[in-house]
Amino acid sequence: MLSERAQSDIRALRARYPVAQSALLPALLRAQEELGWVPPEALAEVARLLDLPVEVVAEVASFYTLIFTEPVGRHVVQLCTNVSCLLSGAEEVRRRVEERLGIRAGQTTPDGRVTLLAVECLAACDEAPCAIVDEQRYGPLTPEAAVRLVEELP
Amino acid sequence: MTVLLRHVREPDQKDLDGYVRRGGYEALRRALRELSPEQVAELVDRSQLRGRGGAGFPTGRKWSFVPKHAPVKYLVVNADEGEPGTFKDRTLIEGDPHLLVEGIALAAYANGVRTAYVYLRREFYEGRRRLERAVAQAYEAGFLGEGILGTDFSLDVVVHPGAGAYIAGEETALLESLEGKRAMPRLKPPYFPAVMGLYNQPTVLNNVETLCCVPWIVREGPEWWIAQGPPQLYSVSGHVNRPQVVEAPLGTTARELIERAGGMRGGRKVKAFYPGGTSSRPLTAQHLDVPLRHEDLAKLGSMLGSSAVIVMDETTDMVRVIARVCEFYRDESCGKCTPCREGTVWVTQILERILHGRGRPEDLDLLDSLARNMTGTCFCPLGESVPPSLRAGLEDFRDEFEAYIRGAREPVEMPVRLRLGAPAPGG
Repeated sequence: MLSERAQSDIRALRARYPVAQSALLPALLRAQEELGWVPPEALAEVARLLDLPVEVVAEVASFYTLIFTEPVGRHVVQLCTNVSCLLSGAEEVRRRVEERLGIRAGQTTPDGRVTLLAVECLAACDEAPCAIVDEQRYGPLTPEAAVRLVEELP
Repeated sequence: MTVLLRHVREPDQKDLDGYVRRGGYEALRRALRELSPEQVAELVDRSQLRGRGGAGFPTGRKWSFVPKHAPVKYLVVNADEGEPGTFKDRTLIEGDPHLLVEGIALAAYANGVRTAYVYLRREFYEGRRRLERAVAQAYEAGFLGEGILGTDFSLDVVVHPGAGAYIAGEETALLESLEGKRAMPRLKPPYFPAVMGLYNQPTVLNNVETLCCVPWIVREGPEWWIAQGPPQLYSVSGHVNRPQVVEAPLGTTARELIERAGGMRGGRKVKAFYPGGTSSRPLTAQHLDVPLRHEDLAKLGSMLGSSAVIVMDETTDMVRVIARVCEFYRDESCGKCTPCREGTVWVTQILERILHGRGRPEDLDLLDSLARNMTGTCFCPLGESVPPSLRAGLEDFRDEFEAYIRGAREPVEMPVRLRLGAPAPGG
């Protein structure tokens, strides 16, 4: 399921650490980079590449919120909802984005375009209310700017 | 004149050339040429530097616990900045990544470490790009790698990504995560990371800002450092006009910090502020002139924590804020210990009920009892972070809770927090 390239990257990650299991999170993220999420087959493949029991890999993967063990859309939008953003209008931003996309935070649009997540502090309270779209940070966001941002995602 | 933030806004500070032109890596050169590892550690000890991650433990003492002659030792950098309201480490990593690299090299030299791991939270995408570039440049220039600057000191630095877990900021949970496990805290005492840390080897664990202080201390000396304040980064956010990281002498008051952050939005009055992230007890307007330093805040039952000052104006609904804070700890609890796993759920349920207009008069006593039962009983500081907010709510803002219970305030809906993978509407 994983490309040759991803497999060799994961082997290289393994060599960076004195203990193979330390490469687990980087390896899962590498798999996710390729597939968008980490389906059960990919968990098994990572387990094989790192010589770990698949149970261990699944147990670890399910603990971390940014390892997606469920399918996600082409774009992942993380809206901060913690206190500093809350005080700066994050609830209205979230409400308007949910309304525009027709989904609640935690869900993916039926066309598979966007997954919306309500997340905790992104350590960017100087840009509150803030969001991360895929790997890019945005803020401070007005509700209008946030709606435009998600509308323009291909 | 600022120290830690002096060059973060210079566009070329991220590059080796810019950093070196402004005096970068001079401290490392000087240390490797003129000072023994013990002398570097002694400078840091004399600077009275205290950890900037949240616990405020003296850095020199922390280093002194590491066994001198252990064959394998590690340095682990806590770059998992996640305490709500805190954004100083991100500012340093993005604006001056070589300062962190130089701090890492000095700390490694002082402690006889030859492998360092930077545990960087996943959400620092930009920070990771910049830090990895700085590390690569430092290798190329001979500030990292084998035989640094022609000496027999060698150091490898590995940037390691987190994957979304606030608890990984707790130092022993961070080590578990770095070992590729669930980020659940380890029992301590008896074994602190300095003695038994990563892979059960002695491990120096320091926060980003802490390490960024070290080049300055080595270059200019501990007396100079102390005379500068010592410099402290306060992340000021919330209802201020220009939320930002403010560098100010340790012990600056909230009133001055709010002023430095452009004053209050709309000219409104302060109702409350968290002095050290949401794990600290929020204070009220009457504490605006309290010096924000460890001792003064401890006296008030609060703490400096990560020095994240979250400012709330007179229009703030404190019940809503405290409910959001408790909900955060509920969702981030690792589930290892009962008081935290259960307590955070119960507390949030009660607060939600109050906000929804279904609160009962006896709920306030129940919250008080839960706060007492979660104090000193949790396995790690995460669960212990809930009672300070509850206490402040019950003691300083009780009337707001009572207003909801009496029906004198419009009920508020707390948006549902769905897990990833919940079915889409209509499908």
